[in-house]
Amino acid sequence: MLDDFMTRAALAGVGVAFAAAPLGCFVVWRRMAYFGDATAHAAMLGVALSLAMQISIVAGTVMVVLVMAVAVNLLTWRGYAMDTVLGVLAHSALAFGLVAVSFLSGFRIDLMAYLFGDILAVSPGDLLVIWGGAALVVTLIASRWSALLTSTLNEELAYAGGLDPRREQMILTLCMAVTVAVAIKVVGVLLIAAMLIIPAAAARNLARTPEAMAMIAAAIGGVSAVAGLRAAYVLDAPAGPSIVCVAALLFAGLGIVGWRNHRGT
Amino acid sequence: MTLISIENLSVRYGANTVLRHVGLTVKPGEIVTIVGPNGSGKTTLFRAIIGATEPAAGQIRLKPGIRIGYVPQRLHIDPTLPITVERFMRLAERVRRRDCVAALDAAGIPDLMKRQMSKLSSGQFQRVLLARALINRPEILLLDEATQGLDQPGSAAFYRQIETVRADTGCAVLMISHELHVVMSASDRVVCLNGHVCCEGTPAVVASAPEYRALFGTGTGGALALYRHDHDHDHNHDQLHGQESVE
Repeated sequence: MLDDFMTRAALAGVGVAFAAAPLGCFVVWRRMAYFGDATAHAAMLGVALSLAMQISIVAGTVMVVLVMAVAVNLLTWRGYAMDTVLGVLAHSALAFGLVAVSFLSGFRIDLMAYLFGDILAVSPGDLLVIWGGAALVVTLIASRWSALLTSTLNEELAYAGGLDPRREQMILTLCMAVTVAVAIKVVGVLLIAAMLIIPAAAARNLARTPEAMAMIAAAIGGVSAVAGLRAAYVLDAPAGPSIVCVAALLFAGLGIVGWRNHRGT
Repeated sequence: MTLISIENLSVRYGANTVLRHVGLTVKPGEIVTIVGPNGSGKTTLFRAIIGATEPAAGQIRLKPGIRIGYVPQRLHIDPTLPITVERFMRLAERVRRRDCVAALDAAGIPDLMKRQMSKLSSGQFQRVLLARALINRPEILLLDEATQGLDQPGSAAFYRQIETVRADTGCAVLMISHELHVVMSASDRVVCLNGHVCCEGTPAVVASAPEYRALFGTGTGGALALYRHDHDHDHNHDQLHGQESVE
């Protein structure tokens, strides 16, 4: 079954959607959308370093993204505004990454594959990495769900309940790094943030509890991946952007439904 | 047997000393109210007690394994986060549905379980926060300006409920009041904070005096009282005088 590249692509897309859904909900609730975007852009530097040092792209990306997340925290503690720090670090990392890739003359590198993903070239080994990463992210978030949710609602409430919100923040950062790393192959560094935010935002219209929102987001992400791939095949369009297009259309459709319900019509 | 014992506590934010040499103890069943101007370190004191802020000096001792019920000053729930009252009440692990129903009943808001938190009025919201804080049978309640946003009958009703809770469960209450002089009449002690403890005393119940009745209205049922300050020292009120000279 895994011999078919379309099957592998669909499985890869669904795997990324499952990891991105619960994480994406926290990104939306905590207003970290720009943080997701920034870490994804920084991943380009991770790709370049991995290629230069001939290590696994997933490992290199996770490392660079974690370093960037720590740097962001340190700089914001020193009084810089969050969006300024992210703007400086993320785009610098993207620029350095792009320059570094251009120096790697020994390889014939398809830059587009990293910027927009190359889901149709997913190998069985890639699938293992994607589903392994997704399982790690989903398990981490599920096991700390209440603590993460309480910390997201109110820092003091978390402390009073014996939790450490800084630890929960670190767990989310780690999940972000892993998700970005495994999603590069599927949607590319430029569109990862879309897979985090759009399904979660679309699910908001249908959900009454945080858990429901995460599940619905996973379903929307999964449907987007499969339908996007199908559309890309039929229309001969790039696969990664097609997946995001379907997610965006679902967001718009569910938004209209939610708006009509809200008005009581 | 004290629940909270604070000795010589100092807290600094960078070069700014917010609290210096603060001492405070809370015993079981006591109601202690903290008053003080803006920026006097009331919320910082609370943050230090729950461990959200590291002390620069001094000690905070909590009774080992103490159960704290915390009602934050402001709880903003992002509109993108859907959450029902029931789900909010059961955020902590191992909260039974039965206890949740009972807590909302006791708070006088029995029919709100399925409502979205974002659809509650501010009075209902405060009551849900209090009900949530009470659900694990805390030994001490920390209330940070919990009546902010409520009108005077609303805060009087809220205070009466706190009194009932204390009478029923015997839990201690440490609360920050957002007014300098008007406090809950059931307070055993009032502590005036301004970077350090300025003075401490009991509130004067003024329910009978007509001028105060005019001030508090008649609908508060004796829930509010006045705290007459008795400062025995002077401050160097540079900032205050600076503002006055501008005017």
